[in-house]
Amino acid sequence: MEKIYSRTKGLQAPFTGGFCPGCFHGVISKSVAEVLEEMDLLDRAVCVIGVGCCCICSRYFDFDKMNAPHGRAPAVATGLKHGAPKDTVVFTYQGDGDLASIGIAEIMYAANRGENITIVFVNNSTYGMTGGQMAPTTLIGQKATTSPYGRNVAEHGYPMHMCEVLNQLGAPVFIERVSCDSPAGVLKAKKALQKGFQNQLDGKGFSFIELMSSCPTNWGMTPLESVAFMREHTLKEFEVKNFRDR
Amino acid sequence: MERKFMKGSEAIAEAAIRGGCRFFSGYPITPQNEIPEYFARRAPEVDGFSFRQGESEVASVNMVMGAAASGARAMTSSSSPGVALKSEGMSYIAGSALPMVLCSVMRGGPGIGSIQPSQQDYWQATKAMGNGGFKMLVFAPHTVQEAVDMTYTAFDYAERDHNPVCILADGCIASMMEPVSLPEFVSDEDIEKARDKRNYYITIGKGKHADGKHVEISSGAGRVKADVEFMKSYGDIGADYGVRGEVSNRSMAAMFKRWAEKDVAYEEYMMDDAEIVIAAYGTAARVSKAAIAVLRKEGIKAGLLRPILVNPFPTAAFKSLDPKKIKHILDVEMSIPGQMLEDVEHAVQGAIPISTCLRSCGVIISREEIVAAVRNLK
Ligand SMILES: Cc1ncc(C[n+]2csc(CCOP(=O)(O)OP(=O)(O)O)c2C)c(N)n1
Ligand code: SF4
Repeated sequence: MEKIYSRTKGLQAPFTGGFCPGCFHGVISKSVAEVLEEMDLLDRAVCVIGVGCCCICSRYFDFDKMNAPHGRAPAVATGLKHGAPKDTVVFTYQGDGDLASIGIAEIMYAANRGENITIVFVNNSTYGMTGGQMAPTTLIGQKATTSPYGRNVAEHGYPMHMCEVLNQLGAPVFIERVSCDSPAGVLKAKKALQKGFQNQLDGKGFSFIELMSSCPTNWGMTPLESVAFMREHTLKEFEVKNFRDR
Repeated sequence: MERKFMKGSEAIAEAAIRGGCRFFSGYPITPQNEIPEYFARRAPEVDGFSFRQGESEVASVNMVMGAAASGARAMTSSSSPGVALKSEGMSYIAGSALPMVLCSVMRGGPGIGSIQPSQQDYWQATKAMGNGGFKMLVFAPHTVQEAVDMTYTAFDYAERDHNPVCILADGCIASMMEPVSLPEFVSDEDIEKARDKRNYYITIGKGKHADGKHVEISSGAGRVKADVEFMKSYGDIGADYGVRGEVSNRSMAAMFKRWAEKDVAYEEYMMDDAEIVIAAYGTAARVSKAAIAVLRKEGIKAGLLRPILVNPFPTAAFKSLDPKKIKHILDVEMSIPGQMLEDVEHAVQGAIPISTCLRSCGVIISREEIVAAVRNLK
């Protein structure tokens, strides 16, 4: 019998899980590892891991990795890129609380300087690891433990759209929002990741890939309900599209 | 050796470059702006050197953490409120057992305080630069030449210990101009050779390592990988984060003990026949030396015991002061309340009376005040 599918070498065995059932962090981190393997980058890549459920990746990723303080991954990646050999691929893996709230300065300025790094941004509309508080990306009306009556504009303002915000800057070369809620979406996401890493190898500059995700645990939904919610609400607020490809 | 007339800040930056520093990031704050400015000017002239102006002190220290993880000698500098912002990053760096150099140029405080020289961040530098109970070797220069020599060797200490090192200067040291002898440039090969001998902590971004594994640099358990000798007594501790973190902290505690045994450095100035001992470091010590010259002319037998490193503190040197000979200790600091004072008191344990001569929040202590304070000692 022919083996046509096996675990990517980019994930350390035993991959026993660690993310909640139905969480998109699983398929996203797997996609990252697969793309690195396909591009033969497993020995040349470094992931700067943010603080949040993405930290769980540090148990599985089988390539060089380091943990940054909450929100600071783009700054750490900036310094790391300097000292690493020229053909090293340096990327961050961050959640939306990490990147769009506490780390808003670091992401804006790494992007504005046009650092030759790649950002993998997982947007699940909540602070997953700390138990479902309101995030910068929480939808209007969406309930969270710190917006128990639903996010309202008067008090909390509008959700932050990071692709659109970064698209105002001059330096980034690639900005795309993708969603892994279907096999076709996963394939598109992998293409975007590949492009992000290739840009770096080509010395082009800053690439940003936002991957839409869910958090069934903190949304209080089953995995299937959370996918339905995503399609019905989240993806309407956060349009899946390519914003820039230079 | 090149001899030059240089401003403290610029001399510190040049010494760092000569000591192998290849990455610097900082954010503007007085009185240390000339450090990042000098690095920015020099960057294109130094092979392999990168300068980044961070968007904040927070970003700057994190850039340095990334650069250090890649194996580059890296440095940041700032002043009081800016150093406070770096504390999270400094803690992560220590937790990850990464070498780097922080130059803290003290100004008045708390809060925005004043932009003038002060010594109000002694506790911050020596006791609690950040969360988690880590400490650093803290060098306290009292001349520009000393600042140069300390900065130059700081990278060696950082790599020896896999730990950040602090140069604790103040606005005076940073702003004044003095003639200095600049050390030779260390080469990248020299750095590599020195690291090989020390079983240097493997760095990321360079593929698989000798054990065939990829590297994880994580805060909290970094020393488990860095302190090879220490780990021999533990064997395999597995991957449990709690266990790794605790063993890592044991290694850290053992390092602090080694410092106290081996790295204490202090200067005894006119101490042979001294009856009055001034305890001071940095600029306060510099002014104290001038005061001692005046006092000696008056026949007052004053001397100075100056910590060259303020951490580890020369506790034994203070402890061994003979109460039969020494009538009084005068703690001289540009800080109110006295901060080093607590370490002096802890060492002396009440055996000798201690008085203070303190100024604060940007007021530079004068020779006359110190002379008067000594004269007034009963
Ligand atoms: C300085 C600091 N503040 C707060 C925290 C606590 N914290 C840990 S994870 C996290 C939330 C991360 O949320 P997000 O980035 O959205 O990622 P997710 O867990 O949802 O994937 C927070 C606030 C921390 N570790 N450090
Ligand atoms: S808490 Fe949410 S984001 Fe975190 S693993 Fe569970 S489902 Fe995923």
